[in-house]
Amino acid sequence: MLAKRIIPCLDVRDGRVVKGVNFEGIREVGDPVECAAEYNKQGADEIVFYDITASHEGRGVMLDVVRETAKRVFVPLTVGGGIKTVDDIRETLRAGADKVSVNSQAVKNPQLIKDGADIFGSQCICVGIDAKKTPVGNWTVYINGGRIDMGIDLLDWVKQVERLGAGEICLNSIDTDGVKGGFDLPMLKTVVDSVSIPVIASGGAGKLGDFAEAFQKTDCSAALAASLFHFRELTVQQVKDDCRAKGIIVR
Amino acid sequence: MIAIVDYGAGNIFSVKNALDYLGLDSKLTDSADEIRAADEVILPGVGAFPAAMKMLESKGLIPVLKTEAQKKPLLGICLGMQMLLEKSYEFEECSGLGLIPGTVERIDAPGLIIPHMGWNKLEMGIACPLLQNLPAEAYVYFVHSYAARHCETSLAAWVEYGGQIPAMVYDGGNVYGAQFHPEKSGEVGLQILRNFGGLV
Repeated sequence: MLAKRIIPCLDVRDGRVVKGVNFEGIREVGDPVECAAEYNKQGADEIVFYDITASHEGRGVMLDVVRETAKRVFVPLTVGGGIKTVDDIRETLRAGADKVSVNSQAVKNPQLIKDGADIFGSQCICVGIDAKKTPVGNWTVYINGGRIDMGIDLLDWVKQVERLGAGEICLNSIDTDGVKGGFDLPMLKTVVDSVSIPVIASGGAGKLGDFAEAFQKTDCSAALAASLFHFRELTVQQVKDDCRAKGIIVR
Repeated sequence: MIAIVDYGAGNIFSVKNALDYLGLDSKLTDSADEIRAADEVILPGVGAFPAAMKMLESKGLIPVLKTEAQKKPLLGICLGMQMLLEKSYEFEECSGLGLIPGTVERIDAPGLIIPHMGWNKLEMGIACPLLQNLPAEAYVYFVHSYAARHCETSLAAWVEYGGQIPAMVYDGGNVYGAQFHPEKSGEVGLQILRNFGGLV
């Protein structure tokens, strides 16, 4: 059987690692290539770079980061942030990424998912989704780093994303992101049960047991965290040991 | 020198990066002469079987690979492994290199996600030099929707995913095939590539 994946995410701006808390109050720490190599050593199953650079020049810097990382880290690399076109996907994969993650742009232009999957294969296309609960109890999809509510129902969107050929969904809860109270299990379970492509849990991991809980209470395929690993509150290895002790299959 | 066959498909740079990291001399090439001159050959590949075979054919590499496989170690990776087999049913029936007995068919795993994507644990079959010095629990990284079938006599390793999925095939001589990506399989994958580099 496939092992459940533990994925550290590195938020990168202008070639340096940062981490936003609820997408605000960003503080800078470290070199992304070094961080990725460290996570690789800890047993990360995959590494995600999320590029929060706004400028066009910054994209070139990000591609250099990917190129350098691909020379030293031999687990799958995913790159998200700022990917708007098929050409962006192509140059990111050519730099050494194994997958790209598209988020806001996929909401604005869903055809990007289909074009990307048709040309490069579904396995290359991960769709990142930021969602938040509404007062009536469903969830809606946000774009631009969780700033703009598109009013699109989350379940409608995940089903559309699957139909368009996405290989995977990375589901981030705006409600739990940065709060460190655990993953948003109700939202996660609802999405996992609605699609048949892998779902990565994101947003909210704050302590060791949160990862195993997500795997025990939902059929998510992977769990992602950023600051928790980045500030060395936990290592990937500690999380895996905890999962293994609870009977969850991990590498 | 290891020739990495560059026939215009797949992410071959990651294979090159891994060999560079291990200090193994390698070269991306689509030249028959360079493949003949190499000590070992790697046939990588991501994409669809018929298109990849057509590209090999258009570059005149099919007879070269068949001949060189009699003389030196050849490792097919992912689609490159599938092309070592006799034929595939991806989109249409299409002949492979026929270096390993068997066929390539869509994974039939009811209720399971296709592609088979992620880390899975190797279960060992026939003895294979590339699978030496691995940890007891060796996980490797897969991304594929089609899998080898009817290759029991060459089955060096398999994984469990709605049944047995062949992970490594070996003809007992020079020809090796890895369905997984050793270049993306962490330390285990690097050890497998190190073993391959150590064959000559």
